[in-house]
Amino acid sequence: MLLVGGITTSQAQGKYMTQKGVVSFFSSSILEDIEAHTDQAAAVVDLQSQQIAFIIPIKSFQFKRTLMQEHFNENYMESDRLPKSTFKGKILDLNADALAKGQSQRVTVEGDLTIHGVTKHLTVAGALEQQKGTLLVNAYFSVAPADYGIEVPLLVRENIAKIVGIKVVLTCEAVSQLTVK
Amino acid sequence: MQTTFPHYRGRLASFLVVLLSAWAAPAWAQDDLLGQLENQKPAATAPEPVAATFKSTRLISGHTIETPGQGTLVFLISHRFGTINSGAYNFFGLDQAALRLGLEYAVTDKLEVGIGRSNIEKTLDGFVKYRAIRQTTGSKVMPVSVTLFANSAMNMLRDDRTWYTVPRRMTFSYQALIARKFSPNLSLQLMPTLIHRNLVQDNTQSNDVYAVGFGGRQKLTKRTSLNAEYFYLVPRTKPTGARNALALGFDIETGGHVFQLHLTNSQGMIENHFVANTRGDFFNGDIYFGFNVNRNFTVRAKQGFRK
Repeated sequence: MLLVGGITTSQAQGKYMTQKGVVSFFSSSILEDIEAHTDQAAAVVDLQSQQIAFIIPIKSFQFKRTLMQEHFNENYMESDRLPKSTFKGKILDLNADALAKGQSQRVTVEGDLTIHGVTKHLTVAGALEQQKGTLLVNAYFSVAPADYGIEVPLLVRENIAKIVGIKVVLTCEAVSQLTVK
Repeated sequence: MQTTFPHYRGRLASFLVVLLSAWAAPAWAQDDLLGQLENQKPAATAPEPVAATFKSTRLISGHTIETPGQGTLVFLISHRFGTINSGAYNFFGLDQAALRLGLEYAVTDKLEVGIGRSNIEKTLDGFVKYRAIRQTTGSKVMPVSVTLFANSAMNMLRDDRTWYTVPRRMTFSYQALIARKFSPNLSLQLMPTLIHRNLVQDNTQSNDVYAVGFGGRQKLTKRTSLNAEYFYLVPRTKPTGARNALALGFDIETGGHVFQLHLTNSQGMIENHFVANTRGDFFNGDIYFGFNVNRNFTVRAKQGFRK
């Protein structure tokens, strides 16, 4: 009994989670800038297995203009049919000891990003920092909408950038803190 | 024997693979972080509003349940040519035009106000639209959206008759717009309507005109849809000579514009004109070709984007 309990807590210590991750994206073109953010990304980081995963509900993205938001959901992301984007990957160069000492470190994450039902394998640079009971995750990378089967009609092709920058900011709590109910 | 042995071995191998994967699957699912995250996800706590029931604030001539979203200003140009059966001399109606220019502004996500000016009877109109109930899914299901609409319109024609006072120039329209988005492509709307005219032609006419409107849209592609709208006038209050308004439309949406093309038997573009004063016989060729052009401007950015 004691042994089992010991194992579960040690496992739990390596895991961090959040339901309120902030993800934003930015598309800049000559005609207009498009910016959107959500604070409803769910993420989990397992330091022991060095795995990371997150889920973003597409409809939770907020835009400056109502019409942009409507077009994003209806025409580009088809969020009724494909309600979420996911990422599943592995941290390649994690230095657990340095992290435990509270040092911020740059890491490389390799994994599968699914947007609009299309999955692509990619490598992303990010930063990790461990603070008392929380794990901060930052990443900035870019994607091309065309790679994910997102069609932009000719008429508005100049309004939407070919490459869209994505910023991820997660403040994950240790799982043991979250599962106590 | 030698031919059947490898075959047998292959079958055994595949049997073992199936057995192993069946045994390994639950363990693998446990290790899959994404799967765990899915399981951890709390049940939807907030009702999720259904968006984009219609493309525009107008179905064809009438209003939809939609309001443009807080801080959005809509410039709406509505245009109806003459009847198609007016012949080649009138270029099948294109020589004539009825026009309404309108500005609409969404004060909040629920409340919209608007003004407009039609060249028919030089009418000036103003309206208020309020989204009372919103169709939702998720933790709380609301099957329909309901928007309340009221407008007042004034005939601004020059007139020497001293008794033709401001109150006598006024008409008022009230509508409950009830709509449901049945699927991403199909939305239907029911529109019980009351039109109050302060002045009527003679005492056989009712000041109040009741009508029930039906309408809907069927999306054809992501950016185009077919629309239809019909107003049934309640016979007891129907003005003499008025017909039920029927309209068929086609919406094309581009970046910031919605173009709406339509065929209708009414030339008016405000409720008093197209519900209570439709004269055309659709099936006799009294069809007006027309269009609406919507242009949206963001006057005030949504919360979280304000500088």
